[in-house]
Amino acid sequence: MTRLMTLQEMFKRYRRPGDVVFALVFLAFSLFLLLNLKSQLVWKDGLILGKQPALWPTIAVIGMTCLAFLHWLSSALSPRIYGRLAEMTFWAKSCEYVIWFMAYIYGVKYYGYLPMTIVLAVVLGIRVGFRSWRSVMMLILFAVVVVVVFKSMLQVNIPGGALYDYLPGAVRSFALTYL
Amino acid sequence: MEDFLSAFTLLADWKVFFALLVGSIGGAIIGAIPGVGPAIAIAILLPATFSFEPIVGLTMLLGIYGSSMYGGSIPAILINTPGTAVNALTTYDGYPMTKRGEGRRALSLAYSASFFGAILSIICLILMAPVLAKVAPYFGSREIFFAAFLGILLVVLAHRGQIFAAGMLAMFGILLNSVGFESVTYSERFTFGQSWLRGGVNLIVVVLGLFALSQAFLLLTEKNKSPDSELISGSLFDGMKESWLYKRVATVGAGFGVLMGVIPGVGEFTAQFFSYSHARANSKKPDEFGKGSPEGLIASESANNAVPAAAMIPLLALGIPGEALTAMMLSVFYVHNVIPGPQLFQNKMDFVLALYLALIIINVIVFVFLLFSTNLLIKAIQIPTRLLGVMILILSLVGVYSLRNSFVDCGMAAGFGVFGLILKRLNLPIVPIILGMVLGNIMDVKLRSAMARVKTPYDFVDGRPIAMILVGIIVLVILLHLRTLWNEYKIEKSKHAAK
Repeated sequence: MTRLMTLQEMFKRYRRPGDVVFALVFLAFSLFLLLNLKSQLVWKDGLILGKQPALWPTIAVIGMTCLAFLHWLSSALSPRIYGRLAEMTFWAKSCEYVIWFMAYIYGVKYYGYLPMTIVLAVVLGIRVGFRSWRSVMMLILFAVVVVVVFKSMLQVNIPGGALYDYLPGAVRSFALTYL
Repeated sequence: MEDFLSAFTLLADWKVFFALLVGSIGGAIIGAIPGVGPAIAIAILLPATFSFEPIVGLTMLLGIYGSSMYGGSIPAILINTPGTAVNALTTYDGYPMTKRGEGRRALSLAYSASFFGAILSIICLILMAPVLAKVAPYFGSREIFFAAFLGILLVVLAHRGQIFAAGMLAMFGILLNSVGFESVTYSERFTFGQSWLRGGVNLIVVVLGLFALSQAFLLLTEKNKSPDSELISGSLFDGMKESWLYKRVATVGAGFGVLMGVIPGVGEFTAQFFSYSHARANSKKPDEFGKGSPEGLIASESANNAVPAAAMIPLLALGIPGEALTAMMLSVFYVHNVIPGPQLFQNKMDFVLALYLALIIINVIVFVFLLFSTNLLIKAIQIPTRLLGVMILILSLVGVYSLRNSFVDCGMAAGFGVFGLILKRLNLPIVPIILGMVLGNIMDVKLRSAMARVKTPYDFVDGRPIAMILVGIIVLVILLHLRTLWNEYKIEKSKHAAK
């Protein structure tokens, strides 16, 4: 019993609220991959072990599962920390900004990089509390500078928006190249 | 000498100089803003640098890497918040000095120690280059495989108290690298019949998600904070003279930085820890450590700034990155078909020397910039955190969408963003995932190529002294760790017996 208690002491570690939830989800994910090892990997006949395409994913999944189990065990053996639900709510809240980000990318495809960057900077800025004229102007300036530096000067690979096709000739080609 | 002249010619280009200027000044500014950090900046800029010449792209990223820790010391000293994670130890003595009204002195000492550590490290690097050029050809597939394996092992073991988490995340990184269509044997791995998974998981998408988007989501979701700090007045040159009094501490600190920087997976934290502990053990005033000791400040700053140059050694000589930032730089090499490794030292020594010289220029630029522009950076510290979140979100598009204009990539990056946010909130390490991906790929490729000449496990080390040494180190590291665990177990057992 003493030996068991000592091991328990050794497994205890510094944690934050929500750690056990993450540990459990990661363990479940690892087990899911482990159960799918056979269907998702191919062991080729006649190939030596070091050249098998399934070697590294197998090592990774088995390693993940064993270590995820030990991680969960150390979480479960450590004293409970309150605030798990609040932490999970925080994780869920962050998904709002995933939607903002995906909408921004979707918008760039149709409405163009410059217009969408300005719109996102202003609307998201207002959403998170920057509502004064000074803040809005600063965000517009930031959006324009980002587009000028990356698209106009560095010519990064961001295609022109579908909306640009409706612009008159010379403006259209300028917008497609630089904005 | 010929290589040196050729290296100077490579650097004598306005585009290189501009990249150095933007990288080093930009890096100092980014480092000074808590919540941003060099990893985010490099992740965002990475795809943009693919269109540059290799030397231009790499010097810009090196500038950010080498100068961010200088900037990171400013909030660490003035507001007790490290600008970059590696400036955490700087707060121990820097902030108490500020509270005593010695903020200017602390900043000046930090800049001088950082400059001293970085330059000493680069000199070591330049002196070691001919030796590396001679040793590097002895590293074949087997040696690089073992070195990569050692890298993974050290990354995991370096996370004391979180070894299981670091291990499972490193394994997750290895798995991510293997997902998709495998082009050698034409088989699919963990695609679940989904066409969007056939192309695999791109390293840059993961890096952007885990570093940049996760930070944007975190800053936007958390309550807004506006750090406040007073501007400083007076000259910052005085500390340069004072730091000379502690040249021994700075030299030892830089030595630890070089040593730890070379070892993959160890890096700035361990270097600082050893340097700080050594300085305290040998100080005439050990009681002052943690209460505003100039020696403590110099020990930590000289050590962490010596690491970037040293971290280039395994990257350039073996193609093995020791941490996330050098892992990102590795992709710039590959995009331009400049493959780091033994061949680079044999065939492109001028390129290697140009990178070393660029590091010296970066340190000079940032040092001079900080001596005159610290107050400008103090204003940058005051940017509200949610505003930073908006800015990082906008900039992340440049990184992820410009890569392949793929909506799937963006979705994956956003997914990794949420995953990274959870890891950050739980204080779990992100770096093992990135190194798992990069080193997992190296291990996969090198093992395959080694297998052509290996029939029994003994053939791995037969007639290969370096492979033998590496295997010896791996065994030693594992044994030492097991011994530590055993000792901890015995301590816990004796505690229980006493109860």
